[in-house]
Amino acid sequence: MNYGQSRWTPYLLLMPSFVFILGVVLVPLLFSLYTSLTPYKLTRPNTLYRFVGLFNYENLLEHADFWEAFGRTVLFLTIVLNLEMLLGLGIALMIQRVIRGQRILRTIMMFPMMFAPVLVGFQFKFIFNDNIGLLNNALQAFGYNQAIPWLVDEWLAMFSIMIAEIWNSTSVFAILLLAGLMSIPKDPLEAAKVDGCNPIQVFFHVTLPFLTPFIYIALTIRSLEVARAFDIVKIMTNGGPAGRTELLWTIVARTGYENARMGEANAMSYISVLLSIFFTIFFYRKLQQARQQVGDQL
Amino acid sequence: MNSKRLGERLNAFGLGVVMLIFSIPGLWVVLNAFRPNREILAKPAVWIPEELTLINFINMFGYGEMATIPVWSYFRNSLVISVTSTVIALLVGMMGGYAFARYRFRGKGSIFVGLMLSRAIPGISLSLPIFMLWSWIGLIDTPLGLIVIYVAMNIPFIVWLTDGYFRQVPYELFEAGVMDGCSRWQAFWLIEFPLAKSGLASAAIFAFLVSWNEFALATQLTRSTDSKTLTVGLMDFTAQFTIDWAGMCSMAVIIIIPAVLLTFLVQKHLISGLTFGGVKG
Repeated sequence: MNYGQSRWTPYLLLMPSFVFILGVVLVPLLFSLYTSLTPYKLTRPNTLYRFVGLFNYENLLEHADFWEAFGRTVLFLTIVLNLEMLLGLGIALMIQRVIRGQRILRTIMMFPMMFAPVLVGFQFKFIFNDNIGLLNNALQAFGYNQAIPWLVDEWLAMFSIMIAEIWNSTSVFAILLLAGLMSIPKDPLEAAKVDGCNPIQVFFHVTLPFLTPFIYIALTIRSLEVARAFDIVKIMTNGGPAGRTELLWTIVARTGYENARMGEANAMSYISVLLSIFFTIFFYRKLQQARQQVGDQL
Repeated sequence: MNSKRLGERLNAFGLGVVMLIFSIPGLWVVLNAFRPNREILAKPAVWIPEELTLINFINMFGYGEMATIPVWSYFRNSLVISVTSTVIALLVGMMGGYAFARYRFRGKGSIFVGLMLSRAIPGISLSLPIFMLWSWIGLIDTPLGLIVIYVAMNIPFIVWLTDGYFRQVPYELFEAGVMDGCSRWQAFWLIEFPLAKSGLASAAIFAFLVSWNEFALATQLTRSTDSKTLTVGLMDFTAQFTIDWAGMCSMAVIIIIPAVLLTFLVQKHLISGLTFGGVKG
């Protein structure tokens, strides 16, 4: 039925959103695309008008530090997202079995995702500090008298950053998967049990397929904000020591702001933008597929 | 039945460990906000606090003898920027969410994906061009400069959430209202809006926290007490080689408090909105 609406109404309703996104995202992105084709340096404003084509991108191909950061970022995201999903699933399954006090458990679980990533970074910088950190102090209390250089050693520093990131974001998975578990209809579960499935079979053949859309919702939401890991790394190690924990986002910031090489930084950042968009579209597609398979039954 | 009992015990134990891991880092920071640096730095470590003090907060707010950090300005900036951007983003995003929930139109699916993708751009990547553009139009180091950005950052998510909330309101109710003589506008404000209200409130809280917690853009686009926010101010406590741990902890507490309070309010609606919008899309 049509209540005196024109077919333009939805577009009118969306207009203000477009205006903001145009001004804050689209125009700046086009501008940064242009900048990435110039040798622009903040210290020499005239360089903005010198067009050098794909020079910056060609240069990047040989930029070993950049590709190292790129590879590290992909590795970081793969490990972190998978672990968060597995841990989140485990926690959701555990909480689902609790009947009394589930509410309070859910609330505690939500705290980490409400923390500012900078705060999470600071928190874990404090905990992992080699001299006064909670962790080394605890180890010493148990008689291990060497101070472990958590944030200085290359691999340990990466590990510490991952822990901080996982602490910050596992709840996103746990909460959405818990909501998924709650929404599974009881009939198929009962039917499977009656037909003689053991709990493991029930999980893999009934529970998991129902959960798939929820897993992809969580992954889509996470892919929208993975770059918040920048805040954590920035404060924990700032890409150091000697660039050994540099991720895509920290190397962009360093090139652009500390070295003032905006043209080059914009070329780098374009690659990180494409990476993010790729991940988001990938998960969103999966979400739609899963939705088609399961959505009708919910 | 004994094995079932054992299973429950194990489950409870596992959950206990998980909850400890979730809460200890935060509690550790809160505890240390009330300890003097001397004790934090002590070797061997002091486990049971010997003295709890408010000195860090007194110093931070400028009543102590130490050189102070302008926390009041940071707090004011954070509050003004977060509240303003939340209000605007909620109004704008709600209109968009309503369009998605109640209308069919050409390009609906791709517009939705487009909105989401605009949120996927890493803050630091966005900050480079915005830094240049804002400095030309004079928005660098102004609250307005950040407000505009945070509105745009929050719109996609608010659209997603409100889309879900509005769809949970039965369309029949709206139709009934129109039958009874409401205009479309009245039917919206009298029927649909009140029913979706609690959901909208949690979308607002979520948006508030995104702005309150943002760092990557704020750290590049603010310079002085005119616009620096709390998250950026946290870095004031780190000098080249030394860190004022106690000071940082007490400032962290200031940042945490709203997050913790608001979490209690959002949890239920946030989950339902996200999953409903996502699964039934």
